[in-house]
Amino acid sequence: MTAVTLPVALPRTSRWPWFGAFAFLFLITSQALAIITSPADRDMGDLQKIMYVHVPSAWITMLSFFVVLVFSVRYLWQRRENDDLLAASAAEVGATFNGLTLVLGMLWGRPTWGVWWTWDARLTSTLVLFLIFVGYLSLRAFIDEPVRRAQWSAAVGILGAINVPIVYLSVRWWRTLHQVQSSPSTVDPLYVLFLRANAFAFLFVMIYFIRQRYEAARIERDAELAAQAVALGGR
Amino acid sequence: MGRSADWGRIRAIAWKDLTAERRSKAGFYSVAALGITILVLFGFALGPDTRALRDAAVGALWLAVFFAGVLTFNRSYQVELDSGALDTLLLYGGGRWTIFTGKLLANLAFVMMMLVIVLIVGAVLFQVEVPAQWPTLLAVLALGVIGLVTLGTFYAAMASRSRAREVLLPLLLFPMMVPVLLAAIQASKALFGADLMQESGAWMRLLVAYDLVFLIITHLAFEYVIEV
Amino acid sequence: MASWKSHTLLDARDIARRFGARWVLRGASITVASGEVVGLLGANGSGKSTFLRVLATLLRPNAGSATIAGHDIMREPDAVRHSIGFLAHTPGLYDDLTARENLVFAAAMLGLPDADDDIHCALERVALTHVADERVRGFSAGMQRRLAIARLSLSRPRVLLLDEPYSNLDTAGTVLMNSLITDTVDAGGAALVVLHELAPSAGVIDRLATVHEGRIDSGLYEAEVEPRLALVGAD
Repeated sequence: MTAVTLPVALPRTSRWPWFGAFAFLFLITSQALAIITSPADRDMGDLQKIMYVHVPSAWITMLSFFVVLVFSVRYLWQRRENDDLLAASAAEVGATFNGLTLVLGMLWGRPTWGVWWTWDARLTSTLVLFLIFVGYLSLRAFIDEPVRRAQWSAAVGILGAINVPIVYLSVRWWRTLHQVQSSPSTVDPLYVLFLRANAFAFLFVMIYFIRQRYEAARIERDAELAAQAVALGGR
Repeated sequence: MGRSADWGRIRAIAWKDLTAERRSKAGFYSVAALGITILVLFGFALGPDTRALRDAAVGALWLAVFFAGVLTFNRSYQVELDSGALDTLLLYGGGRWTIFTGKLLANLAFVMMMLVIVLIVGAVLFQVEVPAQWPTLLAVLALGVIGLVTLGTFYAAMASRSRAREVLLPLLLFPMMVPVLLAAIQASKALFGADLMQESGAWMRLLVAYDLVFLIITHLAFEYVIEV
Repeated sequence: MASWKSHTLLDARDIARRFGARWVLRGASITVASGEVVGLLGANGSGKSTFLRVLATLLRPNAGSATIAGHDIMREPDAVRHSIGFLAHTPGLYDDLTARENLVFAAAMLGLPDADDDIHCALERVALTHVADERVRGFSAGMQRRLAIARLSLSRPRVLLLDEPYSNLDTAGTVLMNSLITDTVDAGGAALVVLHELAPSAGVIDRLATVHEGRIDSGLYEAEVEPRLALVGAD
């Protein structure tokens, strides 16, 4: 166990608010530039511009699953509480982006395919991932004991992350009618450029969000530990 | 000690679980009855058109096994929790994975037996004829059950000891089961339809890979979920 | 007791453990030497059982450390498990197995080869031979306790951790319990026994300690016990 210090030391460093401001400025700029400069798509018109949000947020969803995997493995290996809190933060952020991806996909699907939902491979596997995230987060919500919560959710996080490629493969075999992934050489180079810029913008936002959620969780835990130290009679 | 002691533990746990289960017969029969009830409800939902029933038979069968199976997995740990036996079990020493393997084998036997009953009733209710490639079909069923029982036994170790265990287990388990469900249903369907496209082989390879991956990972991770 | 040079078999230092926000143990320490039987007294909820469960490696302490038979409970839990015999409130038996089957299972889990004779002796010792092939479900609480004692004797533990071992036991059962304790101690072992009354353990206990608000006050000898008991009762 780490030594308990009183009073609660706020882990906030001055860099992070600046990083957050930078992330959001970068996001606004690259979104604005992408929407203004990109030409309307031949088939889809302005609808295509939703891709600048949809595609990066799908990438971020996958990335956060990977982050959950890494921190869960590191938690079981080194048993540092911070890794557990980071995994949980990444899962929360990942679930948010996952939900965003699904909603945007449906918004795009309605005018394109004429339906809100279709059992297409990528859409369906994104939904399954969302359900796995929900399972992970509900497990955390149902357990109060910190070590138990950390170990159990690490196990669930690792199994869930490993299942991601298997789910994707199985759903793709099951059915594919998603548009074939555009390879960058056949589309407007500007589109590719701004897609990449926006992917980085989302990445920065994701890192900032995870950091914020982590700090909140850390402060909560420190407050708990401080209360414990008081209960122990300031040993 | 060593390997033979581990094997002794695995056998003891599987034997103990199955003996207790055999003596309290009510458990098995009620779970099997639930599986049949679900099949009947599917019949009402999808019938009475015979062709529609036949097409949906495989999916209905698998879902019936899924839902009835979920009850099995929590029960498997309830035996340990009832009289504080889990503490005693954890104090015997040796690798904790042996507890998992033992329970896995017992649950496997239990779900397989249930599957046989549900399968026979389902074949009658949905008017399914046994396909020529029935040995392959049996292999598909076995692979699917292994996947279900592996993850079910693993997640139940957590769910059975948490609040809201009735909802937590299916919430964790079912999304993870999507590849098994798809592969088992598609492979079974292909086999019922003479499998002209040779699809079943690909799905079976997916099932084998899934089972292997999760058998290994659950055995490695079990220690972390049972000890706290 | 025997006259060999006694050494420390159980050494717990500053064990702290909480459940949720409530600290049940706030720095409990105790030392038990080989050949020694220590009784642990305390009001309900004073943390006696939690302390025993921490020592038995069933609960992780939030702070503190302990060694049993030279093994650290956190770093070498498996070695600790092989040296202890733990008896909880609940007998930890399987209702749908017979008395004999429960012992056969225990022997297999302990990795004892050819345990048939040991099982026979153990059943004889606790006077359950006549019901050996009946299911435990029909046993009275006292019979279940005796069977638990039989199971405990199979593993020949060096350190006994007993949680209110005399509850539900009749006079004959109490004698059995005491003979298990003295046998273990005479073989160079030790015992830490949680008690809620002193009478049954008379003549077996060497030393008493009281648990009060998660801390242990040890080193009370029999002459000092009576006034302390009044204090415990007043809690």
